[in-house]
Amino acid sequence: MNYRLNVFKKASLCRNFELSTSDHINSGKIYVPTYVSTGQEFISSSLSIISKTKKIKPLLFGQHRCHSIYLSFGGKIDYLIDELLGRDTGINKGFSGSASVGNSKINMYGHDGLMGSNGPIGVGACFASKKPTIIFLGDAAVEEDYVLGAMGWASKKKLPLIFVIEDNNFSIATEKAVRRNWEIKDIAKSFKIKAFDIKDCPLEIKYKSKYFFKQPILLNIFTNRINEHRGGESLKKNKYDRYLIEMKKIGKKATIIDQKFKKLIEKLWQKRLEKR
Amino acid sequence: MAKTLRETIKETLRSHLKKKIGKVYGQCLNAVDWIEGTVPSLKEKDGLIDLSMADVANGGIVVGAGLIEKPIYIIRFQGLNWFNAPIIINYACKSKEIWNIPCPIFIRSIGMEGSIGPVTGSSHHSIYFRMPGIKIVSPMTPNEYRKAYDYFIKNEDVLYLSEHSKSYNNSKELTDKLEKNTDVIIFAISITRFQAYKIKNYFKKLDIKISIANIFWIKPFKIKRKWLETLKNSKFDGLLLDDDYVDGTAKALAYELTKKTKKNVRVLGLEDRSAGFSRSKDNLSPNFERIRKEVYKIIKK
Repeated sequence: MNYRLNVFKKASLCRNFELSTSDHINSGKIYVPTYVSTGQEFISSSLSIISKTKKIKPLLFGQHRCHSIYLSFGGKIDYLIDELLGRDTGINKGFSGSASVGNSKINMYGHDGLMGSNGPIGVGACFASKKPTIIFLGDAAVEEDYVLGAMGWASKKKLPLIFVIEDNNFSIATEKAVRRNWEIKDIAKSFKIKAFDIKDCPLEIKYKSKYFFKQPILLNIFTNRINEHRGGESLKKNKYDRYLIEMKKIGKKATIIDQKFKKLIEKLWQKRLEKR
Repeated sequence: MAKTLRETIKETLRSHLKKKIGKVYGQCLNAVDWIEGTVPSLKEKDGLIDLSMADVANGGIVVGAGLIEKPIYIIRFQGLNWFNAPIIINYACKSKEIWNIPCPIFIRSIGMEGSIGPVTGSSHHSIYFRMPGIKIVSPMTPNEYRKAYDYFIKNEDVLYLSEHSKSYNNSKELTDKLEKNTDVIIFAISITRFQAYKIKNYFKKLDIKISIANIFWIKPFKIKRKWLETLKNSKFDGLLLDDDYVDGTAKALAYELTKKTKKNVRVLGLEDRSAGFSRSKDNLSPNFERIRKEVYKIIKK
């Protein structure tokens, strides 16, 4: 239960941050293109708790939907707020906005905007350092040819890394079935990489952690993006909300945590906005 | 006997690996003498890393390595940069500015020419030239190579070396030849520098004074004061020679020279057409005859 609760704490921080972010996009305070991870928080939250338990501080290579990675692995909240507000006091002085956040203190490398470039970059960093590495990709980014090339080489070199595919089924709004007739799990297996299709349930992710950071593995994690590809609007049709499912399972403690983070995040946003 | 450029490169790589400054990455590195004999015969355990044939991914893998160490990346033909460059340019060159994480890479990019087709021939430094965060040199001599490597070791930049295989046997240093009351000054890049000397000697016999400025630093374009003085005082236009297409580096550098001197600087590089494999379809760097004709046009004789 401790694991589930700890993951929920991280997820709650991320969820409440993203809800506030959506509000500030809608109110016009955030003008940069913003990609919230609402609905997908449990992937990075679970991985951060597992890494912590294993006493590992992995190299992190995320993409544009990266707020949850940053927050789950310990990035400072106020720096991210300032970054979204386009300020010089932001984590990357206004360079990275929402989509390219990087922070050397938590070993998180920023993203350049070329979808999937973090695949080969993460593989190269892992090879050169031999440090445990997590590469976060979307179901669309894995279609980039250079991701597949890098995956093949990571397998050949038996690198201690995880390819995490946040599979929300959409490339912006185009479904996977329209784009391809293959699954990344099958491709990874053909590269001799251990690969699994799992849900974004923290326990399912934990079950696979025995394979982490030994040889390359690929987790294709089905998840549900609650918001539009970009911006603060929610999608009209939503399959499920992992956050509500976990809240229900955990019970009252979860509600208390949720309220606590809600207040904390609101206060932090207010404080940062007053600074302007 | 003085060392050739080939031997200098080989030594540089060996020393880089021995000191464990970073690994050397590339394709087909373990094939004997494939990279024009510029790579020492070492193995992966020594740090010589053979990548797969996935060029775009390889560019990215080396960028990842650059976040950790100081890698050397060998690109067998400069034309392969069309696949290799995207992640280098868009990540490594911006990493320090955006994320305050340097990503130094020493890119050995090799220009070749003569019956090797539409992609792999000649130099392609212009692919990189227009983007911020990159430094570009074109070393043609042993000392210039050492200078480039020293710069790389002392700094945290991505350094693109526009090499040319036809310079690898060279062991001599190429110095500027700046004449007083010159008729024409030639600014030469890469392999065209060797032609420039032949042109100078040819016109000397005709009592026409040609000066030569050797361009080593392409980006930032390091212009010597004496070059500007010679150009300002020259009787006719200047001429800039490149081993790449002229709609890129060559015209940009010529513009800088013109801006500073108000003197016209013409450009000559690859012809504006596709290259083929046959000799009749080749598209090579300006040869003696093309340069000679251009000089005649300049002096209107």
